This record gives sequence, C-alpha cells and structure tokens, in this order.
Amino acid sequence: MKVPLRFLLPAIAFTALVVVFVVGLRQDPGRIQSPLIGKPAPAFANESLADPAWRVASADFAGRPWLLNVWATWCAGCREEHELLLAIARENRVPMVGLNWRDDRSLALRWLEQLGNPYLAVAFDPEGRTAIDWGVYGAPETFLIGTDGSVRQKHIGPMTRDIWEREFVPLLPVPAGEG
Amino acid sequence: MRIAALLLLGLVAAPALAIEGGQAFADPVQQERYEQLIRELRCLVCQNQSIADSNAMLAADLRREVRDMMVAGRSDAEIRAFMTERYGDFVLYQPPVAPRTLLLWLAPAILLLAGMAVAGVVVLRRARAAKADPAALDEGPERP
Repeated sequence: MKVPLRFLLPAIAFTALVVVFVVGLRQDPGRIQSPLIGKPAPAFANESLADPAWRVASADFAGRPWLLNVWATWCAGCREEHELLLAIARENRVPMVGLNWRDDRSLALRWLEQLGNPYLAVAFDPEGRTAIDWGVYGAPETFLIGTDGSVRQKHIGPMTRDIWEREFVPLLPVPAGEG
Repeated sequence: MRIAALLLLGLVAAPALAIEGGQAFADPVQQERYEQLIRELRCLVCQNQSIADSNAMLAADLRREVRDMMVAGRSDAEIRAFMTERYGDFVLYQPPVAPRTLLLWLAPAILLLAGMAVAGVVVLRRARAAKADPAALDEGPERP
C-alpha cells in the first residue's frame, strides 16, 4: 500500500518534533556547562573561615589536584551532601578546600563543629566575590582542579556517590599501590 | 466591571514592582547605562529574569559587580566579557552571533521563507486547477 506524501510528510514532521521536545525536556536548564572547564582555575586569597588572621589562597594547593566545594549554612543541598563529603575526605585521595559563600562566620563554624569538617581549609567569602569569579550560581558546587591548575570538572547540586565515582574519580591520580 | 478595572490597574502598576537595582549613579547618563547593562544580563538562579528584575542574592551581587566595574571605568564590552567568562553565553539575553548560534539567528528567516514557499505552491496549484476547470471554483455551496 502506498501512502500519499501529503499524509506521510506531516506524520514525519510531527514525529521529529516529538523527538526534539523529548530531548529538550530531559535536559535540566539549571545545569549550565561551565565555561571554566579546561581553563586555569580563578585565583583567590581569602580570609580563613576558622581564623581571620590567616589567608586561604588557591596558590597554596597548586601543583596537585584539589577539590573546591562551595557551601553555606543556608543551603539545603549542602546539608544533604555533607555526609558524603566527610566520607570522601576520609578516603584521603584528594584534598578538599571549602569556599564558604555568603554566610555568617559563627553559623558556618558551628555547622562544621556539629556536622564534622571535611575541609583541609575553608576560604571565607561573605560578599560572594570569589564565588562570582568561579561562576558559582547555585550552592553546593564542587570543582576539581588538576595538577596543571586548570578546572577539570564541575558539579552543580548535591554531590552523590554515583556522580563522584563516575565524573570525578576517573580524573584523579591512581593512588599508590593500586594501579 | 470593577474587577476588570482593578485587574487593568494591576497590569499598569506592575512595573512599579520591578527592582531595577535602584539608584546606583547620581549621573543620569551613567545610571541609564547601568540599567541598560543589568537588563541585558540573565540572573542564573531565576533564569527568566534579568539581574535588574531579580531580587536573588546572586543578582544583587552581579549588579554590584557591574556597578563597581563601571566605576572602575570598564567598557560595556569588558563588563559583558567578564560575565561570559564566568557564566557562559547563557548569561546574555542576546547571544552572540557565532557558528554555534547561527541556526538560532537564522531560524526566523528560514521559517519565513519556508512558509512563503508553501503558500506559493498552494496558490499556484489553485490557480492551475481554476484554469483547468473554472466552474469548480465559481460554484459556491449549493443553495436550496
């Protein structure tokens, strides 16, 4: 049986449109690809959260891979991922640096005291200027910075074990005795 | 009627609710430039608002960055570049014309041409049919 083109064509066009919409709907507009990936990590030198007399600078961690985790006490997703951050810190594969974004110092310190501290150091960013340099728009955000000082990976939203294993671990150097 | 009037009043008054970043500059020319810039930049937290419209914390921070850069004498292009380096083209309401965005920019023209082509074909076919059998078009619906 031969279907006339003028019936077939709209059917094909409709199917194509459905495919486009399904693909479009499955993309999360909240996840914007960071233009920073592959570029040198923005430098910062902020007050330490724990001690205003100390500076936490990105240069302190240069020469080896490190994580930057952007968090705040007002951020529900940060509470959600905290247990996992502690677990990742215990695994001791890569140092984790915190960037405390637009927060209150005493609240932030109490948070770390009560929930545990996964961070090697925490940079304090009460005005959000460092966060803007890193293109942060929704905490929690986690960046992996490579040995060469470039941003290798970024995750927006609470870290999950799955995302950690799939998107971050393969980029880490193989630990001694395992490869 | 009264409800309609109230609704209309609400519509007319809506711009009064806009945030617009307040008065940042005493100089009206600078203020105008500032407002123009913050209207062009998207708030990434609430993606369908500009940083002029949004009262999100990040929008306030980005307005402050724009103001500070203007005070420091940076050009509009430099301010836009500062934003796209950090947040990507998505931060601009008007994406740049690039090979990647060519389809986006040309789509309206392509669609218009396609529509004109379809209309042209339909008209031509009808004209041909009318020539072959003029009575078919002239005859309206049958009347009792």
